[in-house]
Amino acid sequence: MSPMRRSFFVPTVLAFGFAFLYVPILSMMFFSLNNSKLVTVWDAANSPTLKWYSELFANRQIMGAAWLSIRIAAVNATGAAILGTLVGLVLSRFGSFKGRTLLSVMTTAPLVMPEVITGLSMLLLFVALEQVIGWPSGRGVTTITIAHITFSMSYVAVIVQSRLASFDESLEEAAMDLGARPPRVFRSITLPLIFPAILSGWLLAFTLSWDDLVISQFVAGPGSTTLPMVIFSKVRLGVSPDVNALATIMVLVVATGVVFSAIFMQRREKQRQREVQMALASGD
Amino acid sequence: MSKQGQLAISERIAMRWGPLWTLFYRYGPPHWSQLLLRNGWGKRLVIGVPYLWLTLFFLVPFVIVLKISFAELRLAMPPYTPLWEWVGDKAIAIKLNFATYSFLVHESLYVSAYLYSLQVAAVSTLLCLLLGYPMAYGISRASPTWRSIFLMLIILPFWTSFLLRVYAWIGLLKSNGVINNVLMALGIIHEPITMMQTDFAVYIGIVYSYLPFMILPLYTNLEKHDLTLLEAAADLGARPTKAFFRITLPLSVPGIIAGSLLVFIPAVGEYVIPSLLGRTDQLMIGRVLSDEFFSNSDWPVASSVAILMLLLLLVPIAAFQYFQSRELRKRT
Repeated sequence: MSPMRRSFFVPTVLAFGFAFLYVPILSMMFFSLNNSKLVTVWDAANSPTLKWYSELFANRQIMGAAWLSIRIAAVNATGAAILGTLVGLVLSRFGSFKGRTLLSVMTTAPLVMPEVITGLSMLLLFVALEQVIGWPSGRGVTTITIAHITFSMSYVAVIVQSRLASFDESLEEAAMDLGARPPRVFRSITLPLIFPAILSGWLLAFTLSWDDLVISQFVAGPGSTTLPMVIFSKVRLGVSPDVNALATIMVLVVATGVVFSAIFMQRREKQRQREVQMALASGD
Repeated sequence: MSKQGQLAISERIAMRWGPLWTLFYRYGPPHWSQLLLRNGWGKRLVIGVPYLWLTLFFLVPFVIVLKISFAELRLAMPPYTPLWEWVGDKAIAIKLNFATYSFLVHESLYVSAYLYSLQVAAVSTLLCLLLGYPMAYGISRASPTWRSIFLMLIILPFWTSFLLRVYAWIGLLKSNGVINNVLMALGIIHEPITMMQTDFAVYIGIVYSYLPFMILPLYTNLEKHDLTLLEAAADLGARPTKAFFRITLPLSVPGIIAGSLLVFIPAVGEYVIPSLLGRTDQLMIGRVLSDEFFSNSDWPVASSVAILMLLLLLVPIAAFQYFQSRELRKRT
């Protein structure tokens, strides 16, 4: 047993930390049911009420922006998953080649790059490209999607890379020895093994894009207002009850998704362990 | 015509049309499929596509920012002077304008914004570490079931909107917000405390938003520790505190560095949190950059601010890159 077990310090900090993480979210959810327009003053007579939820769904601007954000996020996640998987594969399986260091720098740097710098540089690139080759004409959904893919593919690459690092190349080598060509090896060995990583990379890229404000603000054009941009302009003017309702819905959706996927993953892991044990038992 | 003759003609054309033709002739459509199937070319394609994408959309933009930072402001579209011009037929005049940089270095507004950003990022990183380390430690020493529940609770807020989580603090911190209301109802204070638009609010916002980035690398590190080392230390008579400072803490330094860099670097350029919660009399550098660009349309100044911020962050970014690639290589 670890000697630190007896201390009260760690459990206290842990409790405080989780309270710190969850009190703001819970308070936001609680006040979404408040009747008063003064979000934080509880109107006991007329609450709880769902009126801000119906107001939210009636708000054409928010709903339109949300739909646009979902579409951008889906395209972005798919592009980022493909490119990120390629990068992860290249960096962990292709050995050394000319320019490997540059590729790995270009993959890790976006993870920590301040968003204002990425946003500004992307916008200046699009302006320069438009001058030189006439594409992209103006800015909008396309430029936002390209910018999002560029920064979120790094996250996918890191996830895929660490998944590839967690199992060795012997399976792939065995398939090669049995005469499979690289595309075949990828399709029947590597891809199934890294598929969970690609899937979580896709989800992460989706969230990153869905959530991004700063970079979108730089590369957006007229008529391409994403949901975070709408929320930001509302929130700058102060708290507003329908944003609380929106936040509550988003938290609930995410929480359901995360809990279900955790349960699913745990089941799968248990089943896998059972299968391994059975295989070992029958092997004797 | 013999193969030799074909080649000879193509070489002759190549002399006129340049290497492009040779390339097309040699690797033209009938050869493509075969070539792609051959190991080397498929490999080159797999490397080439993401490489091209990142070069075009990540590397080239920085060159453009660098270029514009040396230009002068002018009233036109685009609002900056070109860096080079054709002088006569074959000469190019390159004009590097360092005025913007010297302006930034001598103007106290920008200098104080840089220093303030560094201060905010450093303090927030330290607070994140002080809160995140014990949490990561507690999680890594919990039973497997609790460990996965704790980890899920850490990651969950990270999947919900960053903007909305910062927004949640406005409701808590403002003068008629939840914290003030509760404290006044309990009779602890009689006047609301001003918490919005202070350094305190920015620290809270950054620590709150970036805490998972601190905890996860620390957890990954702490989880791998060999606990028998601590038992050995206890057997040799070391008290738990001493064992912690002599064994656990030194072993977790890579985790501390990775977590701190993941918090510090983006925090320096943070835009949303100071805009919503922060002071109005002292801007952070991310806000200055965005104001220069959007409000003043001064692209050269915005670009120079970005380049100077990048130079400031070059060492931390390089350190992060080093640790990240070492971490991934170690696992292979």
